[in-house]
Amino acid sequence: MVRVATVAELVVVGGGPAGLAAATTAADLGCSVVLVDSAARLGGQYYRQLPAQVAVADPGALHHDFRPGAELLDRVRAHPAIRVYSSTTVWAAHRDGDQVELQLLYADGSCAVLRTRTVVLATGAYDRSLPFPGWTLPGVVTAGGAQALLKGQYVLAGRRVVVAGSGPFLLPVAAGLAESGAEVLGVFDASTPARWARHAGTVARTPGKLGEAADYLQTLRQHRVPVRFGRAVTRAHGGPELRAVTVSRLDRRWRPRSAGEQRIEVDALAVGWGFTPNVELAIALGVPTAVDPVDGSVLARADPQGCTAVPTVLVAGEITGVGGSALATTEGRLAGLAAARRCGRLTAEQLARQSSPLRRRRLREVRFARALLDVYAVQPGWMSWLRDDTVLCRCEEVTIGCVDAVVHDLGATDLRSLKLLSRVGMGMCQGRVCGQAAGCLLAARTGRPVLDLAGFSARPLAVPVPLGVLADEPPSVDGSGDV
Amino acid sequence: MTDGTGEPLRARHPGAGVPDDQPMVTFTFDGEPVQALAGQSLGGALIASGRRSWRTTRRQGRPRGLFCGIGVCFDCLVSIGGRPNQRACLVTVVPGADIESQDGPGGYGG
Repeated sequence: MVRVATVAELVVVGGGPAGLAAATTAADLGCSVVLVDSAARLGGQYYRQLPAQVAVADPGALHHDFRPGAELLDRVRAHPAIRVYSSTTVWAAHRDGDQVELQLLYADGSCAVLRTRTVVLATGAYDRSLPFPGWTLPGVVTAGGAQALLKGQYVLAGRRVVVAGSGPFLLPVAAGLAESGAEVLGVFDASTPARWARHAGTVARTPGKLGEAADYLQTLRQHRVPVRFGRAVTRAHGGPELRAVTVSRLDRRWRPRSAGEQRIEVDALAVGWGFTPNVELAIALGVPTAVDPVDGSVLARADPQGCTAVPTVLVAGEITGVGGSALATTEGRLAGLAAARRCGRLTAEQLARQSSPLRRRRLREVRFARALLDVYAVQPGWMSWLRDDTVLCRCEEVTIGCVDAVVHDLGATDLRSLKLLSRVGMGMCQGRVCGQAAGCLLAARTGRPVLDLAGFSARPLAVPVPLGVLADEPPSVDGSGDV
Repeated sequence: MTDGTGEPLRARHPGAGVPDDQPMVTFTFDGEPVQALAGQSLGGALIASGRRSWRTTRRQGRPRGLFCGIGVCFDCLVSIGGRPNQRACLVTVVPGADIESQDGPGGYGG
């Protein structure tokens, strides 16, 4: 069967804050935009919405400040120049001369091909995971998973919940759960608040963030939820499912102290350690990557406008560096302007003039984002919580003991050989969940830096597709198929 | 695997204004009827019904349910109409659908 590719002037991949901002900015300037998003409703993770069929009087109540999100969503919905493809996943991407070709998979399993001269990748991020004893017990979810259940499904992750990990995201997750009827037994953040001292100036320059944190803390106080720092869930207990957690006090390197351990009975544990950018499409399109010096994540390299070394590919939001929704929105606008310039809708002078205030805003946001990454940075003591039988790779059930054997007995020194010898990263998630942790462990065990994390993050097929899809002939390009 | 008799886990946010009376749909899970909000995902509906696991792993036969909730981790796999390895957190409930728990890799066909 010969398929026909649709040609679009501009494609934006990802319907979160960055993608929505890029699409509206470019469309306002006259670009014809196709916005592709894998979820059923736009909003990404940050502005995740309930299903359209659920009657809800105030959707913003489940969010901290939904107004910017509501505005973006309304504008995209109403914009005549934006075509939205929801429930559509880009499963592969490649460059073809001065064009980019995107393979789309629809919810019903059928496929399509999109070609464009300009693509904005705004594919966001997902929870970073760290293994610990018992983390594979049913009832243990990521902080993002608990948030997705609440905001997207109106479901509580559990009746008795502990929220743990490190990072500012733990507070809204716990506050949302507490407000919505769950009993939150505690928020345990492994980080040390004293680390904020070195960023006092940055905090003073972005006072809005303090207000947001104060709101969450007040909600937690009202619901009598203890918030503790320098503590972590070092073990989850159960069998066959989660029944309790052990919370340990930690030193500054996150090694457990001998005293002050507590055991709490729970039916859910929401655990979050920050976020991992979704860079696989950027990698597929040849965008150079970098490893963030603070959180070790693989990022797409771009200038402040969102331009990469590949002229046809612009990037915005979390994939350029984890930094939250305000930064993502600003970067989306900058990339939208750059895209409009590529489509001939702006002169260079207009681009510079309109970008200038956004770049200043972006810099302020980036400074605060860097401070957050530093304060909540994962410390190496987490590796001391591990036991031989702790699972590292959830998909392939590869344990720490197996990894150690492969390193010591078989001499694996990089992620590729670890993968080939132990199957870490070979399961269905293709290393998304275990990759960063595997890299840290390998570096700690071998005493050498891990240099191929980006290679581990390359996924030529972004999602599983039926073989029949791969067997189809390549499409012919029909000029009349312009969007 | 849980037998779904856990307490319902529907959220109740005082400010959102989500009335209890909502359009509901029903599907079957391993032959038992399960209710879901119209538009909910299978993963959301299963968690709401009190189930925390609905498959076993390929090697060790350990129970798994929802972990990341956003389609990244591939833990929440179920069989839909005989097709295994579908991520429950991404699939919207279809009324009357026949959903089955999955042991290991699952098998194709009825």
